[in-house]
Amino acid sequence: MNYDKYLSEKVKTIKPSGIRKFFDMAATSKDIISLGVGEPDFETPWGARERAVKSIRQGETQYTANSGLITLRKRIAEYQNVRYGLSYDPEKEIVVTVGASEAIDLAFRSLIDPGDEIIIPDPSYVSYAPGVVMAGGVPVGVKCEMKDKFALGVENLKKAITPKTKAIVLPYPNNPTGAIMTKEELEAIAPIILENDLMVISDEIYSELTYGMVHTSIASLPNMRERTIVINGFSKAFAMTGWRLGYFCAPEPLTKQMLKIHQYVIMCAPTAAQYCALEALESGLKNNFADVTKMRDEYDMRRRYLVHELNEIGLETFEPRGAFYVFPKVSSLGMNGEEFASRLIKEQKLAVVPGNAFGDNGEDFVRISYAYSIDSLQKAMVKIKEFVKRNVIKK
Amino acid sequence: MNDIDKKILEILKNDSRISAGAIAAMLGMEESEVAKRIEDMQDSGVLVKYTAVINSELTQDESVTALIEVKVTPQSTHGFDNIAREIMAYEEVSSVYLMSGAYDLVVIVEGKTIKQVAGFISEKLSVMENVLSTATHFILKKYKSEGIILDKKYTKKREVMA
Repeated sequence: MNYDKYLSEKVKTIKPSGIRKFFDMAATSKDIISLGVGEPDFETPWGARERAVKSIRQGETQYTANSGLITLRKRIAEYQNVRYGLSYDPEKEIVVTVGASEAIDLAFRSLIDPGDEIIIPDPSYVSYAPGVVMAGGVPVGVKCEMKDKFALGVENLKKAITPKTKAIVLPYPNNPTGAIMTKEELEAIAPIILENDLMVISDEIYSELTYGMVHTSIASLPNMRERTIVINGFSKAFAMTGWRLGYFCAPEPLTKQMLKIHQYVIMCAPTAAQYCALEALESGLKNNFADVTKMRDEYDMRRRYLVHELNEIGLETFEPRGAFYVFPKVSSLGMNGEEFASRLIKEQKLAVVPGNAFGDNGEDFVRISYAYSIDSLQKAMVKIKEFVKRNVIKK
Repeated sequence: MNDIDKKILEILKNDSRISAGAIAAMLGMEESEVAKRIEDMQDSGVLVKYTAVINSELTQDESVTALIEVKVTPQSTHGFDNIAREIMAYEEVSSVYLMSGAYDLVVIVEGKTIKQVAGFISEKLSVMENVLSTATHFILKKYKSEGIILDKKYTKKREVMA
């Protein structure tokens, strides 16, 4: 049967994730060490897991409110206030979603009319551009450069804005570069956002994983709260990827519209997962987020180790200040990220993700995740060192 | 012992073969500084020995390990120390701990055969002055040891997701 004529033109134009392609390649051979995965290697804190199990035993197996358990939303409000100085009404301005991914989709579908342009930093996580396309919009990449520490620069942003621009995605701390936007860098772009009357979709899923400084949310800047949808979740901070639990915070008129889509498509996020998250926040607010701190310290050691090793090996690597990725530049070997990554799998049995999976501007880079044990990272660095030694261009 | 020493120990506890250079990179320090701290900790006896964790389920090694609960009569001036020192002097003994609870010492003994361990208990341990009674438990299978899961059936594999 020829399915082509049945499938929508829109869905057919979407390319599968470039990360996926590489995992498929890696899966064809045994004994491959992978530094490809973008999820914590830690387990969900024990107390949170227990709370979920307890909720199941007590028969908390029905739907919750569409927006999520009110107790959980209250804790999210408290958490956002304590950690990032933001104030949201748990009754009207917070919705618990199936991962931050759902919240991103809700934001796109609620804001975009056909032809609206959405600005997306390039490189960035793989789902934004397809999400914009599916919502009928036009994704517009903005080049983020290593010399700017991969932050969104004022000049590049200005160049990307047209009369059709409606919103900008702000994914910091960033996957794949590990870049953050400091308060000063956010203050530099805020006036442009205001002048051009743009909305901001701020994906802050890695907000707990910053090194040497606390994350700043753009919504905490003057006049920005009213035009920002703050998206966050539990996957990265509390190692809860498999629970699929995120949320967004936004002014009531936006929340109201986004909630409609959530109601029809999802109903509510899984109940047991919400209890798990509730415990993660409650105990975190009590013990100053001891579990998060422990994981962050471990990531930080790996981060420093990788940046040091890669630069020693001769691959120029910018020091990331967030998330759990490093983004070395490989073009000095006379190859792009894609060639580097495919040859690394074949010759060294090591899987990393080519930077162009995250946008054209990632062409010269590869993404290496350090959500792996230090043992694996050490083995991987030996493999990369051998590979670089063989391929170094003699000057 | 400061926080940096503690961090170094934590890293070494996980992988005793890691180089001072790698530890230095992880902690953002100079390699020479890390090397010196490790040397100092060796000299002061904090770092005792670098060993390997072996999964004996996979070796042809048929040796046995017993955990022996020992009740003793404490001595007036030395408490449990003297008797514990006598017990630990035997080469068959790999560990001796003073315990809270129903018995006083736990003695871990390794032997080539059950018979050999039984011989040690009946001929050496239980006949010691001040040893009141013993209860011996043989280890049948190790699922997890030194924080490492040995039973491969229970190790997790991450599924591919992109």
